[in-house]
Amino acid sequence: MQSSDALLDTMPNLLARNVREFGDSPAYREKDLGIWQTWTWKEVSSEVMNLAKGLINLGVKEGDHVAVIGRNRPNLYGSLLAIQHLGAVPVPLYQDAVADEMEYIMSHCNATFAVVGDQEQVDKIYEISDSLKGFKDIVYVDPKGLRKYDKKKLHDFDSILKIGESDTGKLQSELENRMSKITGDTTCVLLYTSGTTGKSKGVVQTHKAIIGASMAAVEFDEFSNKDSILSYLPMAWVGDYMISVGLGMAAGGCINCPEGPDTMQPDLREIGPTFFFGPPSLWERLKTSVYIRIEDASPIKRAAFHYFMNTASKVGKDIMEKKSVGIWDRFKYFLGNLIIFGPLKNMLGMSNVRIAYTAGEAISSELFDFYRSLGINLKQLYGQTEASVFLTMQGNDEVYSDTVGTPLKGVELRIAESGEVLYKAPGTFKEYYKNPKATGETKDKEGWVATGDAGYMDDDTGQLRIIDRAKDVGKLKSGSLFAPKYVENKLKFFPNILEAVLFGDSRDHCVAFINIDLTAVGNWAERNNISYASYQELAAHEEVGKILKEHVEAVNMDLAKDPMMSGCQIRRFLVLHKELDPDDGEITRTRKVKRSFVAEKYSDLVTALYSDKDSIETKTEVTYEDGRKGYLQASIKLVDATLYQVQKHGEKAA
Amino acid sequence: MVNETKKVMMEVKNINLRFGGVIAIKGVSFDIQEGEIRAIIGPNGAGKSSMLNVINGFYHPQEGEIWFNGEKRPSMEPYEVAKTGIARTFQNIALFKGMTTIENVMTGRQLQMNKNFFWQMLRYGPAIEEEVKHRKRCEEIIDFLEINNIRKTPVGSLPYGLQKRVELARALAMEPELLLLDEPMAGMNVEEKQDMSRFIVDVNEEFGTTIALIEHDMGVVMDLADRVVVLNYGELLADGTPKQIQADQAVIDAYLGVPH
Repeated sequence: MQSSDALLDTMPNLLARNVREFGDSPAYREKDLGIWQTWTWKEVSSEVMNLAKGLINLGVKEGDHVAVIGRNRPNLYGSLLAIQHLGAVPVPLYQDAVADEMEYIMSHCNATFAVVGDQEQVDKIYEISDSLKGFKDIVYVDPKGLRKYDKKKLHDFDSILKIGESDTGKLQSELENRMSKITGDTTCVLLYTSGTTGKSKGVVQTHKAIIGASMAAVEFDEFSNKDSILSYLPMAWVGDYMISVGLGMAAGGCINCPEGPDTMQPDLREIGPTFFFGPPSLWERLKTSVYIRIEDASPIKRAAFHYFMNTASKVGKDIMEKKSVGIWDRFKYFLGNLIIFGPLKNMLGMSNVRIAYTAGEAISSELFDFYRSLGINLKQLYGQTEASVFLTMQGNDEVYSDTVGTPLKGVELRIAESGEVLYKAPGTFKEYYKNPKATGETKDKEGWVATGDAGYMDDDTGQLRIIDRAKDVGKLKSGSLFAPKYVENKLKFFPNILEAVLFGDSRDHCVAFINIDLTAVGNWAERNNISYASYQELAAHEEVGKILKEHVEAVNMDLAKDPMMSGCQIRRFLVLHKELDPDDGEITRTRKVKRSFVAEKYSDLVTALYSDKDSIETKTEVTYEDGRKGYLQASIKLVDATLYQVQKHGEKAA
Repeated sequence: MVNETKKVMMEVKNINLRFGGVIAIKGVSFDIQEGEIRAIIGPNGAGKSSMLNVINGFYHPQEGEIWFNGEKRPSMEPYEVAKTGIARTFQNIALFKGMTTIENVMTGRQLQMNKNFFWQMLRYGPAIEEEVKHRKRCEEIIDFLEINNIRKTPVGSLPYGLQKRVELARALAMEPELLLLDEPMAGMNVEEKQDMSRFIVDVNEEFGTTIALIEHDMGVVMDLADRVVVLNYGELLADGTPKQIQADQAVIDAYLGVPH
């Protein structure tokens, strides 16, 4: 069958094209028993077909919602495709979600089947199965621990595959019949948003939207079947779906799956992908780990690192962007690359990275520049679940830390009067599942979708610039701008600070909650002979408080340089006695702070920060990993920080 | 669940063990059935570890018989016992600290690697074939116990709970019929204990390995074990299901003490 690009608007057609054009090149790799196993596109296709047939035999109907839960594995990615091939809709779920969250999503979409990774997920589904109406069977990949389970409604992945393999033609014709009915407008996948505000919403995406957005991104960055990607982000996140399925399918590239949840870093090194995508929190964590190791290194190594990092931060970016750089600096960078940057990139697994992206949250310019000065082509993109991610991306020679790129082919942007960014794009979602009210509020009749983010087109660069969530941006009583995320990101740049929450809307001044980073601060404590028994004890330590005060004041000084932002300086702060945790609903699974929830839950702490007390007793409910609840009692110190005068332009900070 | 028709794998009969004038074990008899998890409990100094050492051939009792798989066992050295299919872990971790996880686990295959020493030295021909075969089995165990992220980490630098798991991996690498675990959860926090319990049950179910374990955490013992032996001052105090043991007055007295 001859097919032109015009026909490539469904996953089955796209898979057929990949088999035709890249049949023998690797599509998936997974490390199993210490050895990388490869599936070519041909093998993927035959496995997908067999699985689809097996699932039809099991009773999966067209239009059914099938939950897919587990860590990144070729089997589960194959399941997504198989489910799409037989006309059903895959619903990827967060594997670390507690049973309650799973219950909400699975009953909301009336999931009838589930393909899961292992026993843990089976147990969770069993726990909630009473409240799931119409739920039928589970297919599991890893049989470990399931030997004694009742197998009536529980099926081994391989046995389902075998049914497909041994089919005599009946299932095949049923599958072909179903595949012929799939068009670009058929629902491709149901993705649930992380839910920064309230319950998460199910975003219905069609084949056409997913592929349209992916194709635009492939064209923009010239992705090909030579590119390889490491899949390590939660499968339920739209980012992973668009990269591991969307981009992978559209470009015909290779998706690599780590061996286990804790082997991502060594596996990244072994694979050496050409494309890498990570949220800012990951880039932050990587940088923190580098700095911790440097602190532990011998003095000579440490000195060399800091010396060459200085050079890198001065000229590294310019060299990568092919701007003019003096010969001496060029030589120093070359030398640094030989003994520091090269090995460092290798250790990070970034030696072959051609293109790297960060998205999902704003990123601090310091962090951004750190990677670019090392010669890692880190860029920004902007998107959201409702748009199949790709809205704007930065070209290789137009990268700035404070903008998010130019619109992709087919994307139109508009800034509403309120400052909110609106778009029309090929990847626009069809609707929120069973929620026409929310759909109507987000997408207007002409097809313009509201992002919920405040932003503007930057005149100097011609790129979109995002300020903050539209509803988070506010004003202080004095009338000056309150942009919490901007300040929080500045705080989070310090390795010691994991998370920060700023308060100040309609108040006289700003105050902040701070979460310490246990790895960084714990390491510091070890080196300074400070003993502690728990997170809580370390967070409350006096010396830790002093360090954080320095960090907060450094941020204040920085803010004072910007007349627009100077009002956001932090007058008082406290160090939280527990880490903000998705299990407690304080942050989303994609690590975005649920601001209003935190404000309400810790309202006693906020009130105390706005009083003149210098410490407060508090009691907090915590949820353990297995769902049990307990209480945490703590006495928290409230710390005053120095504020700085607004500086006039050109004047240097003291 | 245990039923009466289950085959007895090991039977110790009337064991007496003395060190000079000290009597460590006094006329103890019990059996271990195929496929069960058998716990040995008792207060400090009750003779639990000595009992394991007798089973694994490290101590030789002055009196008593050990029957294994229906045959009376002659006096054996530990390496001979190992060859019959009995593996163990130790109360104090006994790993090669400088070696990596995979290297440690591979040592568990040593008894089954029997190709010529010279081939092995050259890592050539049949020796390589053999190593690949054994490495595969070790990798399966590493995967099973979820320690793939520390495969190439020297075990000396691992936290305690993980070292315990590596030790279990090494014991499993022998593919034992009977696995002896000496306080597998000593010094672990609650989460590590949960993980370890999970793995012990999984090993028992997936590999069908019979397990005898010594443990002080009564919660763990009562949850895991099919049957429990209680020792006190070298004597058998009670033998039965966890329920029976929990209700046994002699056991309660031994643990809580009795007013004199």
